[in-house]
Amino acid sequence: MLSVVELRRDGWWVVVASGELDVASAPDLRRAVVSAVADGARQVVIDLTGVDFIDSFGLGVVIGAVKRVRAHEGRLAVVVADGPVRRAFELTGLDRVLELRAGVDEVVAGPA
Amino acid sequence: MSEIVELEIPARIEFVALARLVVTSAASTQPTFTDDRIDDLRLAVSEACTNAIEAHTVAGSDDRVLIRCDLAEDRIEVAVTDRGGGFDPEEVTAAPAAEAADRLEFESGLGIPLMRVLVDETEFRASAAGTVVRLVVVRPVRPGEDA
Repeated sequence: MLSVVELRRDGWWVVVASGELDVASAPDLRRAVVSAVADGARQVVIDLTGVDFIDSFGLGVVIGAVKRVRAHEGRLAVVVADGPVRRAFELTGLDRVLELRAGVDEVVAGPA
Repeated sequence: MSEIVELEIPARIEFVALARLVVTSAASTQPTFTDDRIDDLRLAVSEACTNAIEAHTVAGSDDRVLIRCDLAEDRIEVAVTDRGGGFDPEEVTAAPAAEAADRLEFESGLGIPLMRVLVDETEFRASAAGTVVRLVVVRPVRPGEDA
């Protein structure tokens, strides 16, 4: 099960996902990002701190989200905790091409 | 001595979470395996089940997907058997290396490479009747370790 909540913070759109992000639930996250970008989001954080499992479809949705935001000349950061989710990003090499952060605060408070 | 746990799931993506739960719980009965190794097995099994379900969908099969865990103190083996059309893992287009300029062009193709790095042994046995994916984690033997 996955829950997805959208927040606005200091000019950032924060999409907070919690639960398991897999082949069945990944479309929920995709819809949230698509809808945010359609509503004008150009600075987006996907907060996966509360996600304890991600599969290749979940990773694919994150890649798609980054491309969508960058296509609008925006910026997307992904927040992950240490553990299996960060490991999945590292094993696929995505940690080297995505902006992975340890907390939402450091993204929102950092330089634009 | 090993113990066997078997699960059959309908070939629908909503049941992949159940397969993960059962395999993770079954693997956790072996205290010699760390949580990290079981997490790796959990993801590998999830990818195998997702592929199996996709194979059934492509083949139009109503059969269930079989997940069989063979649990031993030093080795956990999970076999995921589908009755889809079979596939050749070598023909699956893998995502390019992270350094490649087009890395972000690939949103799929991560599943099989992930399985290969997550577990100690992988085997893909395809036939006209379907595919068996075998995933094995073994407990490394450390010098001087108490048995």
